[in-house]
Amino acid sequence: MGLEITTTKLEDLANWGRKFSFFTYPFITACCGMEFMSVAAPKYDIARFGAEFPRFSPRQSDLMMVVGTITEKQGPALKRVYDQLAEPKFVIAFGVCASTGGFYQNYSVVPGIDQIIPVDVYIPGCPPRPEQVLDGVMLLQKKVAEGRSINQVRARREALERQSEGV
Amino acid sequence: MSQAVLDALKSKFGDAILSAESKHRDESITVAPAKLVEVCTFLRDDDKMAFDSPVFLTCTDRLGLPDETHRFEVVVQLRSVSKRHRIRIKVPLEEGKLKVPTLSGLWAGFNWLERETYDMYGVEFEGHPDMRRIYLYEEFEGFPLRKDFPKDRRFPLARREWTDE
Repeated sequence: MGLEITTTKLEDLANWGRKFSFFTYPFITACCGMEFMSVAAPKYDIARFGAEFPRFSPRQSDLMMVVGTITEKQGPALKRVYDQLAEPKFVIAFGVCASTGGFYQNYSVVPGIDQIIPVDVYIPGCPPRPEQVLDGVMLLQKKVAEGRSINQVRARREALERQSEGV
Repeated sequence: MSQAVLDALKSKFGDAILSAESKHRDESITVAPAKLVEVCTFLRDDDKMAFDSPVFLTCTDRLGLPDETHRFEVVVQLRSVSKRHRIRIKVPLEEGKLKVPTLSGLWAGFNWLERETYDMYGVEFEGHPDMRRIYLYEEFEGFPLRKDFPKDRRFPLARREWTDE
């Protein structure tokens, strides 16, 4: 019993740290990238939320921001980068193209990146205002702190399954 | 603007120029596929023509147009930088016989444009050194810019398995 309480507290502590230290992998393909730059630059300053440090290696990052239109031809690359992210990993779909395919309804564009990878937060807009992006980041922070992001839930479920098999 | 080009082509090739028109200061001619290379060689090499710049090469799908006598039409735009004139060449194609001789031997710049036209419309360019898709991937079936291509048909390369998150 005491052990259980301790682990819960530890997880909360780790999540509190995670929520203020996202290392972003910017997967930028289109015009939404301008808004990403705006968010990252001093005027809107994503550093206030601890996510100011874009890493261009998926091995060093845990938050993937998919910014812009993803074509079918890019799908395997997106999946591969996602698989290489460090656990626990989070994904933000930035803009309508990444979220749903946006106004592209044709042969070449993926109808939402959630067809390929799981997404935690969708930010609508074409492109979204920086305030919307910050709102999305805060939403993700809330999810991470409460342990409700997709990969956290999955990890907990798998740990429970292992535990019940052990018993 | 380049009426002189039209006159020269008509007097040299006669009936091989199926039609010629001059509209909105743009001159265009229609040529059968078999005569295309001959006409283009003249346009490039003749001193008075000197078409040195390949502007674009594409195709139009005329499905459903009121004057649809033929389904596809390959369109070539040429420009002469030294003579300052331009001309458009249209090549009508019957469905089932989508073959045009390549122009990449005359202007190397048409190489990728012919591949793009093949990629999007399925028009094959005979004699092209590398006739395969340029934008799309090998797994893609069909030609997406044809008007009878369904807009929701996709050929996904990567999809995840959905779970109950």
